[in-house]
Amino acid sequence: MLKGILVLLTFQGIGECVVYLGDLPIPSSVIGMLILFVALQATSIKTPVWIEASSDLVIRFLYLFLIPSCVGCLYLIKEDLNIWLYILASILISTLLTIFLGSLIMKYFLIRYDQKIKTDR
Amino acid sequence: MIMETINIIILCALTIVVFSLTFWLSKTTLSDSFFHILFHPMIMSAFLVYIILTSMEVDYHSYRFANKPFYFFLDTAIVALAIPLYKQLEHFKEIFKPLILTLIFSAFFASLSALGVAFALGVEINVLTSLAPKSVTTPIALRIAEKIGGDPSMTTGIVVVTGIMGIIFGPIIFKILNIQDDRIKGYILGISAHAIGSAKAFKISQRCGSFAVLGLGVTGVITAIVLPYLMLLIVNQ
Repeated sequence: MLKGILVLLTFQGIGECVVYLGDLPIPSSVIGMLILFVALQATSIKTPVWIEASSDLVIRFLYLFLIPSCVGCLYLIKEDLNIWLYILASILISTLLTIFLGSLIMKYFLIRYDQKIKTDR
Repeated sequence: MIMETINIIILCALTIVVFSLTFWLSKTTLSDSFFHILFHPMIMSAFLVYIILTSMEVDYHSYRFANKPFYFFLDTAIVALAIPLYKQLEHFKEIFKPLILTLIFSAFFASLSALGVAFALGVEINVLTSLAPKSVTTPIALRIAEKIGGDPSMTTGIVVVTGIMGIIFGPIIFKILNIQDDRIKGYILGISAHAIGSAKAFKISQRCGSFAVLGLGVTGVITAIVLPYLMLLIVNQ
């Protein structure tokens, strides 16, 4: 378990270094995650159980880590309620359109893909 | 000095205790009702902590300062996402082209359509930057917001609202479009409604859920890489 967390922290650190050295506008943890991903892919091993266990543990507590920012958001809502009406409207329209168009597009590509496989055979 | 340390310990303990309590509550309440999402441990905890803080007249800055350690582990959790993503990769190899094309369209559309509507409504730039990563999983969205000059707390709220809307309207839209393929349902829920969507997808079926995890992961990564550059381009114009 601890060994797995150490691995995660190492890759978090590597990500931090890459972003600092490259002066990238990308979040460092995402870089760390990508490098870990590539490392797993390159060694092409089955993910060791101990990494999996620590990854599950950290992700399970994700909601705990997010509580402080959620609380911050409640303070913001109290400060300025009006802006949230605009935000809600934007989210609503955007979510409806994204799900609608996204599913249509995926359905279209999947049908085309299945046909292509059939004709290839 | 001693008071400051005790203050930090109390405020940090507050988060942990409230979370444990709501986590236990969410397990005992009805798990399939529509209001279940409101009993989500994170949402319930946020309200409880907020009520306690305001009644004790603690300002947000001292609370945030005391809870710094949690912000650190947020990044560890993002790195940990590599493992579930790696395990779902086989699906990606299976139907690579449809998945990548859907992803490119939907991930950008989710962000740009929200920006477009908000811009048309006359919303200011600092709110737009908080709104841009709205369909990305919360920890990554928060970090993206910081990078592009948004308010991470505002982004957290926006992402949660997006997830809730996604699971309310997603199933209705799937019914209207007569979509029965669990791969489509899962993937689209993952892309548009992140972790909240994938929790819903796992209730539909295991296969649906694993496609949702895939959608959530790749949306997070691609948005985190492209959005900062895109925003730089927009802001500079």
